[in-house]
Amino acid sequence: MFRNQYDTDVTTWSPAGRLFQVEYAMEAVKQGSAAIGLRSKTHVVLGCVNKANSELSSHQKKIFKVDDHIGVAIAGLTADGRVLSRYMRNECINYSFTYESPLPVGRLVVQLADKAQVCTQRSWKRPYGVGLLVAGLDESGAHLYYNCPSGNYFEYQAFAIGSRSQAAKTYLERRFENFTDSSRDDLVKDAIMAIRETLQGETLKSSICTIAVVGVGEPFHILDQGTVQQIIDTFEIVAEQEGPDAAIGQEAAAEGAAADQGGSTDEGVAPMES
Amino acid sequence: MPKQQANWSPYDNNGGSCVAVAGADYCVIAADTRMSTGYNILTRDYSKICKLADKCVMASSGFQADVKALQKHLAARHLIYQHQHNKQMSCPAMAQLLSNTLYYKRFFPYYSFNVLGGLDNEGKGCVFTYDAVGSYEKVGYSSQGSGSTLIMPFLDNQLKSPSPLLLPVQDAVTPLAEAEAVDLVKTVFASASERDIYTGDKLEIVVINADGIGREYMDLRKD
Repeated sequence: MFRNQYDTDVTTWSPAGRLFQVEYAMEAVKQGSAAIGLRSKTHVVLGCVNKANSELSSHQKKIFKVDDHIGVAIAGLTADGRVLSRYMRNECINYSFTYESPLPVGRLVVQLADKAQVCTQRSWKRPYGVGLLVAGLDESGAHLYYNCPSGNYFEYQAFAIGSRSQAAKTYLERRFENFTDSSRDDLVKDAIMAIRETLQGETLKSSICTIAVVGVGEPFHILDQGTVQQIIDTFEIVAEQEGPDAAIGQEAAAEGAAADQGGSTDEGVAPMES
Repeated sequence: MPKQQANWSPYDNNGGSCVAVAGADYCVIAADTRMSTGYNILTRDYSKICKLADKCVMASSGFQADVKALQKHLAARHLIYQHQHNKQMSCPAMAQLLSNTLYYKRFFPYYSFNVLGGLDNEGKGCVFTYDAVGSYEKVGYSSQGSGSTLIMPFLDNQLKSPSPLLLPVQDAVTPLAEAEAVDLVKTVFASASERDIYTGDKLEIVVINADGIGREYMDLRKD
């Protein structure tokens, strides 16, 4: 994307019918570190890569508990993500207070999407620079939604956002048909493997990824590092056997990644993003 | 025309009594389960006790609609606290929150007479007692509600510590063992049910200690 005379304002259309500021906001999501989500009939798993600015600092929080039955993983401007999480938590508390029952996920994502849309149609606002993977359980089952800065939202069986997410998407595309009937533990394993794809060579350790689960009879919670490391250890051995397959998969993924990020991932992450 | 008085009141008194006793490492909170209006009984099986946090339980008598609204409000505030601080609210913190919440409606009060009981951050029992607009105090034991005039003098007789001006400094919490305190509470309610028409049916006893929260029931006079 290059600068042009229609991209100064969010309230200016381009002749081709595009709102460039909104599209630039979606670029911010692509710059953030990866977040993935996948679901089965009864569980939803969220995972993200923890990127710290330097060795001295801690990493930014990218997965938030919204309610016992809903959690969210973000990619992009984490400050915007934090604010939206607070909004979501508030909405859940207010709904529970009035109706004495949990807020259905589908309702929450619509409210979020409408909130994002407002920022695309006011000259004194800017779009939120964060993509949200909303994982939740309600009466109609397990759900995974993706909310983007444009105000659109989609439901997914599995999805990945952020930098090098194409690698994870390729992995998920290969495997998603099995997810519906997956067991909870297999789903977590798949999530960790998908994250590993985005690391592209870097060693997978529990200190650089965060996993969270929500499911039937299991309120939303983030898995502790020890548990995650144990799961990583069980399949690092299997991974050596899978070596040849993984190498082929990674080549295809690398080509896809280069095409869709325009080579800007190596410039370094902007300080406000993660 | 002489000045007319309102013939409709937004409040009603649903009766009942509540008690809380603090021990060295436990806290007993109890309330009867009778809900009445006027001289009628609405139900014999209504809980006046609400768990607000892991180590914090509130018992309230008065107007149960206001009590329910107050409990819901505090539960929502506790959720927000947990999201922001990543931990449960301590009993003293909840005590202050309850006081502020009550005073917020100083000019249209919650008709709710509360006792808050639980363990403080060191695991010691604590009891806080309130009036309807939030004035509160940390005490070793307390009672509220229709039977409190009958119950409080008896608790004073059994549990009141010697003057705090005497040395060595005595703890406000009772030196009684947990089982003895529960027994005392059962005795106290059995006596109150004899003479207070609004107290009776069943007694709900909640005990908080290091192992968590336990609950038991005892039958009271049904007349």
